This record gives sequence, C-alpha cells and structure tokens, in this order.
Amino acid sequence: MITYLKKNIIYITILAVAWVVFYKYLSPITDFIIDDVFRLEAGKHLTETLRFFIFEVPKVFLLLVLIIFIVGIVRSYFSAEKTRKVLKGKSLFTGNIMAALLGIVTPFCSCSAIPLFLGFVEAGIPIGITFSFLIAAPMINEIAVVLLIGLFGWKVTLIYVLTGLTVAILSGWLIGVFKLEKYVADWVFKAKSNNQDISEEKVSFEERIKLGYTSVKEIVGKIWIYILIGIAVGAGAHGYVPEDFLSELMGKAHWYSVPLAILIGIPLYSNAAGVIPIVSVLIEKGVTLGTALAFMMSVVGLSLPEIIILKKVLKIQLIAIFVGVVAVGIIIVGYILNLIY
Amino acid sequence: MEIKVLGSGCAKCKTLEKVTREAVEELKLDATIEKIEDIQKIVEYGVMMTPALVVDGEVVVKGRVPKLDEVKTILNK
Repeated sequence: MITYLKKNIIYITILAVAWVVFYKYLSPITDFIIDDVFRLEAGKHLTETLRFFIFEVPKVFLLLVLIIFIVGIVRSYFSAEKTRKVLKGKSLFTGNIMAALLGIVTPFCSCSAIPLFLGFVEAGIPIGITFSFLIAAPMINEIAVVLLIGLFGWKVTLIYVLTGLTVAILSGWLIGVFKLEKYVADWVFKAKSNNQDISEEKVSFEERIKLGYTSVKEIVGKIWIYILIGIAVGAGAHGYVPEDFLSELMGKAHWYSVPLAILIGIPLYSNAAGVIPIVSVLIEKGVTLGTALAFMMSVVGLSLPEIIILKKVLKIQLIAIFVGVVAVGIIIVGYILNLIY
Repeated sequence: MEIKVLGSGCAKCKTLEKVTREAVEELKLDATIEKIEDIQKIVEYGVMMTPALVVDGEVVVKGRVPKLDEVKTILNK
C-alpha cells in the first residue's frame, strides 16, 4: 500500500526533476520563442525587453516556488514561543546574534510585531535582543533571498544577508548596552498573560509538507502581481532607459547618495517583493550596489507604518534611537559596499 | 460556546473571523463569536502570533488561518 507520505515523495521527486530541467533550459527556450516563434529582430529595444521579460518571469517564479516551499517546511519547526524560550536568559551579544538568526526563520508578520514584543518583554528578554529580532525578521526573508538570487546572483544575496544580519545584531546590541528600557511605554511591563505556556501543536512530517504547499500558495498568491509589475518595469528599463540615467544623481561620485537613498526609503513602505525589481533597475541604470542595497534595506526595514505601530509600545525617544541606529548601520553598509565595488 | 477571534485587524485576522462564522453557521452551533482587537487583551491569552482562535477560554489555533474543515473539527470537539 502506498502511504500518503510515499505518494507525496513521488510527487515531489517528479516536480523537482521537472523544475531542474525547465530551469536549466529556460534561456534556450526563451531564445526559441523570441527568435523562432515570433521571429523578432535581435538587438532591437522591443525584442530585448520582451526577451528579458519572458526569461525573468518564469525564472523568478521557479525560484520563488522552490524556496518558499523549503522555507515553509523549515518554518514549521519554529514558532514565536520556541524562539522566546531559546532567547530567554541569553546574555547580550550572544542573544543578539541568536535573535537576528531566529528572525530569519521564525514565522513573522509585521501585524504581529506588538504581541510578539510584549511576549518577549514578559519573558524578561532585554529589549536590545528583541530589537535584533524585529530588525532582522522583515529585512531578511525568503522572498528577499529569492529575488536577490534571481536578479543579482548568489554573491549579492550573500552580501545582503550578511550585512543585514550585522546591522540587526549591532543595532540591537547598542540599544541593549544603553539599557533603554525606561523608554518603553509604562503599561508594557504591567501586561501579564494568564496562560504562559500554550502547548505546542504536534505536527507530523506529512503536515509539514502540506504547510510547505500552503505557504507557496499563500505567498505566491499574494505577491505574484508585484513581481510581474516589477519585472515588467525592469524589462522596460532594460530595453529603453539609457544606461547611466541615474548615475548622475546616485552614482559613486557623490558622498550623499547613500544617506539620500535611505531618506527616500524610510517613508516608502513595501515588502521585499515590491522593492527588489526597482533595485534592479537602479543598479542597471548606474546606481552603485551599496547605495541600491542601502535603499532596499531602508524601504524594507525602516518604515513609517511600522514606526506608527511601535509607537503603541515605545516612547518617542526610543523610536528615534531605533530609527537612528538602524539608519546609521545601513549607511555604513552602503559606504563599505561602495568602497569595495 | 464562547468563541473569540484574536487579531489586530490584519487581513489574515479577518479571514479567520469569516471562516469561524461560516463554521458555526454550518454546524448550527449555539455560540457567541467575538472579535478582540485590543492588544493588551490579546497578550493576556499568551498569544504572540495573530490571528488566534480561542474557544471557551482556551487558545486552540494561533499564528495561522486554518481551513474551514479544520475549524469545524475543532468546534465539534
């Protein structure tokens, strides 16, 4: 008898093989469609725009499905409760490193930021460590990783993840060192929960696979339109906008380009899916890598809506320090990357 | 039966409330459904990830939106 699990493994194997074959031959397939089916003239603006679009869309979606599926399964092993348990009683710095790393894998949505903050405070986790988590969680996630790999390759992705982690760790650490608990709204420390330990739901491996499927459906269903628009804009720019269009304003020559990019990024709010295609256009049109990634971190990691949400639990001084520290961290990252590249 | 949907007003929280109402209707349960948006009250249940479903004071689902069938199974217990 074939069990449900075995059936699933067979499906997954077939899908995986199809995935690899399709991904590998994407470029020749695209060329075939453009050059042989539509018989478009190579080198023309319209042709190259279409080629870019037809190649990038399936590529990004293939990566998206694969990585969201894997992350969906990995995430099912983590929860806010477990993360809280791990972070409880950890010393500064070690705690910050773990919080930032856990921020990547713990399921998190910005609408849960406040209950999570309160839950951490209640467990006695220092706010500096909590901040490391809250900075890393939205900034580094599977969607950001997929899109960065898809559009810029492994190296840039690794740089983004490592520098993003560093900003999260050091910002949280600094906030911790200065013991800023006094700037947390007073009612926060009075909030008490009745049942501290909610029993963990038992999850079988089959269910974890199902969770993987569900998260693919949920996330792709939510962001596909942004990605299509983003790639379309990118494709249009690829074919039509002159190469050094933006380099005048945000190129390497100007010292102010990094802080300017961050300032522009703060009021803009978007998830990684919305901002990365824009970043790709920026880079292609002459903006340096450091400036572009700093812009992205600022859009994703620092946002007005998030600041307004945090206002409920933090006094204005701490919000200012939080934004200031993270912004300075991102500026440093931007400058360093601009120096190297 | 006393059902509470905890959530600060994000899209998922609204979906959970909708699914719960559907489940109660289909099962023809005698139940009150209350949406709780006050963060302090949410935290009192020990919930860190919204949305969450509370049945007779016990947190049965948290941090995700279950399917209609699952909610029905939970409520039938």
